[in-house]
Amino acid sequence: MDCCFRDFFDHFNDLMFMHMASMAPPECASSGIHGITVFVLACFVGYYVVWRVTPALHAPLMSVTNAISSVVIVGALLAASQNIYGFSKTFGFLAIILASVNIFGGFIVTHRMLDMFRKK
Amino acid sequence: MVVDVLYLIAAVCFIFALKGLSSPQFASRGNYCGIVGIVLACVATYISVGVSCAFYTLIAIAIGGGIGSCIATRVSMTDLPQMVAGFHSLVGLAAVLVAFSACFAPELFEIIGINGVYKSSLIEMGLGSAIGAVTFSGSVIAFLKLDGRYKGSDVPVFVNTFLLSFVICLLIYFVTTEIVSVFILLTFLSFVLGAILIAPIGGADMPVIVSMLNSYSGWATSGIGFTLHNDLLIITGAIVGSSGAILSYIMCKGMNRSLLDVIFCSGQANSSNKNGDSSDVSKTCKNGSAEDAAFILKNASSVIVVPGYGMATSQAQHALKEMGDILQKEGVKVRYAIHPVAGRMPGHMNVLLAEASVSYEDVCELDEINRDFASCDVAYVVGANDVTNPAAKHDTSSSIYGMPILEVGKAKTVLFLKRSMGVGYAGVDNELFYAQNTMMLLGDAKKTTEDIIKAL
Repeated sequence: MDCCFRDFFDHFNDLMFMHMASMAPPECASSGIHGITVFVLACFVGYYVVWRVTPALHAPLMSVTNAISSVVIVGALLAASQNIYGFSKTFGFLAIILASVNIFGGFIVTHRMLDMFRKK
Repeated sequence: MVVDVLYLIAAVCFIFALKGLSSPQFASRGNYCGIVGIVLACVATYISVGVSCAFYTLIAIAIGGGIGSCIATRVSMTDLPQMVAGFHSLVGLAAVLVAFSACFAPELFEIIGINGVYKSSLIEMGLGSAIGAVTFSGSVIAFLKLDGRYKGSDVPVFVNTFLLSFVICLLIYFVTTEIVSVFILLTFLSFVLGAILIAPIGGADMPVIVSMLNSYSGWATSGIGFTLHNDLLIITGAIVGSSGAILSYIMCKGMNRSLLDVIFCSGQANSSNKNGDSSDVSKTCKNGSAEDAAFILKNASSVIVVPGYGMATSQAQHALKEMGDILQKEGVKVRYAIHPVAGRMPGHMNVLLAEASVSYEDVCELDEINRDFASCDVAYVVGANDVTNPAAKHDTSSSIYGMPILEVGKAKTVLFLKRSMGVGYAGVDNELFYAQNTMMLLGDAKKTTEDIIKAL
């Protein structure tokens, strides 16, 4: 557990740093670089975390990454929450449906798989 | 500020969701972390846009959630690969829709400056939409192939290359001119590109393709994150993207092929070996009955079971577990050896064995167990073929040459459960079928195993 917390703070610090790097307002000239900084650092975090996943759990890994990549629902919520009706809102609405199919489906199927691994 | 902090915590939760998977005991906890993360992300978004439209959006979530839960609770573990492929396509399409939304109403996402929409946002909008579209159509094709509804067709490599370069040109054109119709054409062509990229790829390469599409869905999410200047999407997309990329790398290494080979030269591997297997009609193999097999198994002191896709199609895992239990009671040491590319997606065999409640301590990876074949009495191969083929070690002309294999031939007796004497997906004949110490048990793997249980 202790080790777990230490890892937590390690990751937290990494991300805090990445976050600070990207806090600059978008209109500033180097905003693209900040986004890329976050991206590259996150790739490294992903690389190290994923190499530690045991091969037996590669199937749950795929379904859980599938579920969390549906975080694109954030963009869909932004699009659907505008007050003007139109293409943009409709697309947002459809995207919410698609992404939530994925979120619920992905997490439930992962849960089912992990349950099987837990019982002896 | 609150919103940013919530996004940050959500990102940490996602990292924990993956980190949890480093051991089977704590993996469920990781999954809950992921759920918390996605809930926090949604809450944060509601805080930032206000709850004026929350009613409609919650309805949308309920509809999607209902469909998703229905699919996920009903799907059988054998059909897992196609379900995952189907879900990837949804992420891709959602990314395309969000990109379109951003294209039609840039003011909403605060990506408009004094000189119009930011150039950086345009690039990423185009990229996000293109990758999303490729993910969508590619995953749909992969889904149909895995589900056995579409056999695949040959597409010349130059068509792919041409279309890819055309899409890139369109992307540059769109960024410089900001014409919406170019954006629509770009997305449409990306849909076509995704379909023809995946169409010619063969069944054996499916584990690579499924993980590659997983990676694409991540990059698409990242692209949308760049467009909307949203760190959470960038971080999550990058993590998912690198996860998929690592899995594809592991799968490619398991087959001793490079990713480019899989994507572009997939059709060639099959054709060169077709003449090899038809000429050797003189070879004979030893066919055995379930009773013979039961006798051999009972007198063995250690047995290694090698499952392949055949186990998944015949649902033999429960019968296998039962057989393993009986043997273990008799004092036989039973273990399971899993090749990295066995099945249709990474880790597919492990899930099926876990479904039959085989303890994960008895399940070994290629490197851990390969040496033990020499000292084991029986290798019990269930519907696996190419991953055991010794041609991969010595036949330089073989299409699977160099692929790491499970050396089942070194065991005292090899029991091969197969539906027919046909070749595997790589289209290469397996000389092991004709070896002295091999006994073939032709027929449905589940039925044969049940017969063996009866005979025990």
